[in-house]
Amino acid sequence: MKLAIVVQRYGTAIAGGAELHARHVTEHLSKYAEVEVLTTCAQDYVTWRNELPRGLETVNGVPVRRFPVRRPRSVERFGRWSTRVFRETHSLADELAWLDAEGPTSPALVDHIRANRAAYDFFLFWSFRYYQAYHGAKAAADRAVLVPTAEREPAIGVSLFKPLLSGARGVVYLTPEERDLVNAASGNARVPSIVAGSGSEVPSRVEPERFRQKFGIRGPFAIYVGRIDANKGCDELFAFFDRYVKSGQGPLELVLCGNSILPIPDDPRVKHLGFVSEQDKFDAIAASDLLVMPSYYESLSIVALEAWAIGTPVVANARCDVLKGQCLRSNAGLFYENADEFVEALSWFTRRPDEARALGANGRAYFRRHYAWPVVEKRYVDLLDHLTREAGGPLAAPLPGWRERRKATLPPAEYVLEQLPRGPSRRP
Amino acid sequence: MGDSNIRSDSVNVEHVMQQIRARIREKRGVDYTEQQIRDLAAEAFERFLDPQGARPGLLEPFRQGRVPAGENYSFEDTTLVDSHRAPLRWIRRVLRPILKLFLNPNPLIHALHLQSGVNARNTESARLTYELLYHLVLETTRLTVELRALEMRAESAAARLDFAERRARAAEGRAEQPSEHAQPVSQTRPRGGQAKPATIQAAQGQARAAPVPAAQGQAGSAGQPQAGRDGDQAGSDARRRKRRRRGRRGGTVHPAGETVPGGADNSTEVGADAAPPGDQGRSPETAGGHDEPTGREAESPPPTGREDQ
Repeated sequence: MKLAIVVQRYGTAIAGGAELHARHVTEHLSKYAEVEVLTTCAQDYVTWRNELPRGLETVNGVPVRRFPVRRPRSVERFGRWSTRVFRETHSLADELAWLDAEGPTSPALVDHIRANRAAYDFFLFWSFRYYQAYHGAKAAADRAVLVPTAEREPAIGVSLFKPLLSGARGVVYLTPEERDLVNAASGNARVPSIVAGSGSEVPSRVEPERFRQKFGIRGPFAIYVGRIDANKGCDELFAFFDRYVKSGQGPLELVLCGNSILPIPDDPRVKHLGFVSEQDKFDAIAASDLLVMPSYYESLSIVALEAWAIGTPVVANARCDVLKGQCLRSNAGLFYENADEFVEALSWFTRRPDEARALGANGRAYFRRHYAWPVVEKRYVDLLDHLTREAGGPLAAPLPGWRERRKATLPPAEYVLEQLPRGPSRRP
Repeated sequence: MGDSNIRSDSVNVEHVMQQIRARIREKRGVDYTEQQIRDLAAEAFERFLDPQGARPGLLEPFRQGRVPAGENYSFEDTTLVDSHRAPLRWIRRVLRPILKLFLNPNPLIHALHLQSGVNARNTESARLTYELLYHLVLETTRLTVELRALEMRAESAAARLDFAERRARAAEGRAEQPSEHAQPVSQTRPRGGQAKPATIQAAQGQARAAPVPAAQGQAGSAGQPQAGRDGDQAGSDARRRKRRRRGRRGGTVHPAGETVPGGADNSTEVGADAAPPGDQGRSPETAGGHDEPTGREAESPPPTGREDQ
């Protein structure tokens, strides 16, 4: 079996969530099939500038074919079209212009897919919202398997993607919440799909004491790992933690690992370690009493899975459907909706250490059951085997004519998003 | 994380979160969710604003708990010739000098540019005011709810304190009773408040033990054999008890020690027996005060009544 992985950026230096996920899956699937990556020369997701050399190279033993991006993204133009598509009644032509403005606009990549369609058994397209996924999947609709990595954001309400998601041969979701969201947005429940999640490269041995000695941390602490950014809910985390400290309900400190674009509170109980190595990160998570995930928008949260893999429980923002759903399914994390719940949840961990350890054990079991790489790999292989045996599914409908495309009758994407169901998934 | 002492399936995060929320409610003393607080705040907000007169969409964002987005346009010198489509934009730019032959758009552009700035400032100011007002109303509502809850808790605590005081007084009285029984009758003198509860308690116990004979004694009914000193003593005790109970029922005491009935009659024994426990707790102060001269004697059981029985 020959597979093509189509993703907007690819490389060991690229740490974006979807791109990292694509690389991990690619490297693991290369054990079962001949895999080639089709991607762009871009490295920066804001501008999509051509920074990497075009042509073929090998990354961790996997051949990677790079295609140039025709023009870098104009943030102003993209913003203008986003306002039009997300907030106003608009036309299909507007949506196509928005997609073109978003990028990475690489017609050469799409042409390659169209020309070499028969050379691959399946194309796995990452991130439904980008140019290469939409046009690439249309070019090879009968072999297109989508990995949408959809979040609760306006792009899911763009009408353009409805036929794309419902016309693919198969869909791979990261979580049940993502599946429910995409099903509701596009009505693609009949398309063969799996909830595969993602594995994680967790070291077999962690040394919490080494971390404590290295960074001089003695007492119990909660840890946050990731970019320290308001978009990740860190400003709220700081406010809530301040309230926890003032409430005097427990001795926990807050340790932050990651680069910061927010000012760190001047509090002796908040320690910012900056960017740390992978080993330090895992040692830190193992040494901590709990991991905090304050983000409102997560499509999977690899860090939470890594914490569970090590046996560390999680306290997550309940307003993120995915995180709340993961906590409920794993039975390994608490979730808060406001400052009071945050304070009480943290104090619960210090009041009930035995039960907190039991949550960690649940997390470890949950990770092994659902997110160990052999489990994830098997899900992909089973889906591809199923699609190989099954006759080709529905093809994506062709675009309407020139005049039809210019009729401004489509609802604003934000309005569509508002209509979609919320909350953690009831189905496994 | 070491191994757990608790079976992992015995922990349920949903259950834990319920416990946590219950704990929060207990601390707050109220059972309101954030949404309920917001709804209450919306009601309070509507009192300030007349929905008939206000813009229909004004209250809706408030109910949903979000600040309305301001609407504005940006107007630059290129706006008049701008377009999403590059060729059209180019053509307009090329033809712009021809447009200027017919009219001068510069004052218009300048005015609209200024107006856009004014709009932006107004919008920002309105947003800040709105946000401030929103949070003020929300916080006021929260405080009102908490205040109500605190009032209720204070009332409840006061009632419990009152009850505890009464119980404490009663307990003190019971504790003193045996030692005072041991003292000779002639030496018993009233000693302020401490003696009072014991006196009345003894009287009440006596009333419960033998209500009917005591009543008969009070009434001075004939036909009841009373002999010598015992009989005199019994009659005297009964009279004292009668005076004391009249006093307890609200009668006023004459300076000479005689009680002026305040609604009490000869059936006080039965009444005392039927008095609710709360009244028993309260009565010693009243009764003891009226009965000071004879209170100590009343502690000894009425021999007549028992002998009569």
